[in-house]
Amino acid sequence: MTDARASDGGPAPERIRVTVNGRLCELDVVPHALLLDVLRDRLDLKGAKRSCDAQVCGACTVLVDGLAVSACTYLAVEADSRSVLTVEGLAEDARLHPIQQAFVDHGAIQCGFCTSGMLLTAKALLDDEPAPRRQDVLDHLRGSLCRCTGYRKIVEAILAVARTRP
Amino acid sequence: MLRPFTLHRPRVAAEACELLARLGDDAAPYAGGTELLLLMKEGLLRPRHLVDVKRLPGLDAITGDGAQLVIGATVTHRAVERSAVVKARCPLMASVARHVANVRVRNVGTVGGNLAFADPHSDLATLFLTLDASVALTSPRGERKLPLADFVRGPWETVREPDELLASVTLTPWPGRAAAVYIKFGVYERPTLGIALALLLEDSSARVADARIAIGCVNPRPARVPGAEARLRGCPIADLDDVSGAVAELVAASADPADDLHGSADYKREMVAVFTRRALRAAAARARGADPVARYPYAVVA
Repeated sequence: MTDARASDGGPAPERIRVTVNGRLCELDVVPHALLLDVLRDRLDLKGAKRSCDAQVCGACTVLVDGLAVSACTYLAVEADSRSVLTVEGLAEDARLHPIQQAFVDHGAIQCGFCTSGMLLTAKALLDDEPAPRRQDVLDHLRGSLCRCTGYRKIVEAILAVARTRP
Repeated sequence: MLRPFTLHRPRVAAEACELLARLGDDAAPYAGGTELLLLMKEGLLRPRHLVDVKRLPGLDAITGDGAQLVIGATVTHRAVERSAVVKARCPLMASVARHVANVRVRNVGTVGGNLAFADPHSDLATLFLTLDASVALTSPRGERKLPLADFVRGPWETVREPDELLASVTLTPWPGRAAAVYIKFGVYERPTLGIALALLLEDSSARVADARIAIGCVNPRPARVPGAEARLRGCPIADLDDVSGAVAELVAASADPADDLHGSADYKREMVAVFTRRALRAAAARARGADPVARYPYAVVA
């Protein structure tokens, strides 16, 4: 759906104020607009991917107030007055986020389709538990699917970030 | 894609119930949306009105009430996982909450939504049956309380009337010393089977005073297995290994599985027996004060 505005007779759009990657955005969205469509089609942030469209795979993961959510199954109006982080907001001043750098260093990327979701899922974990055990990482990544099956390097990259943090 | 709908955001329960009563089948209560929005995207449900219950006061609280634990309907799985009162009164529940679905569902999905949807492939209802759960339903006609076992009628079906809101679930944590475990198994996103087992120990911890066993996912609705519970009553901890075969047979015989993508009915019944034995071993280890370290492929031991 490229146009999140109401068609004739549909419910009226409502104004939301949402901070996306640190920038305050005011948007008019209809109640049935999904956050994923608003991010991709209204704000041109294509990092979050639509894949399973059923909260199973994690490719559309973004953080809302620091918590991982499936943007494919999350109403955009729920993001009102909240802060959304997408993969585009991870790097600072063209310097990769430490988790991104660890993914590069460990070759934790194959086709790349799951990567943005994996990075944000990892960030949510490490912000919560700075020193997770391997089993914590595996538990946390359950439901984040890499169709290339490159899990081992992803887990190693996340554990490496955890080890280097003070 | 979602079809258009009007989103209502009532501020009090009475207003929500009035909306649900007036709009009837055209409306659905909405909290996390982790189940509802999926079915709406598939076109399996087409409500033209969603009634957001997340702003209703009091529904997002977890309270320890005497011997009982009351969990509001809009409490998320994440909140259960992190709740100090849940960890203190029923640590297994916090552990099970940590393994519900995936982290994105846990952050948004609610306890009430999970129970009210009555998806047979769910963890909470199975565990909650061993905690003698009852649900509170609110409507313009007042409040009624009924056992969770009576609330769930079958797959995706409950006795909730269109104008009723699921307000909370009340649980009775096991008294005194208990050795409990929840094991789920399956290769898909949703579990193929779940077993909740609690051994209520005598003060000496040498013997099982009472037991609770419930199985979920393999049946149209989760169920306790009273025959297997009776078989465990009075059993010395040291003898649990010897009775595990007989208990597993009783639990498997009580199952009512169907052939589906999760496997054939025969396969599921066999897995129920296998995982009942494993659950008993894990609970017995906990009864002895040990942590069950065993891991099983495609299974989560909570």
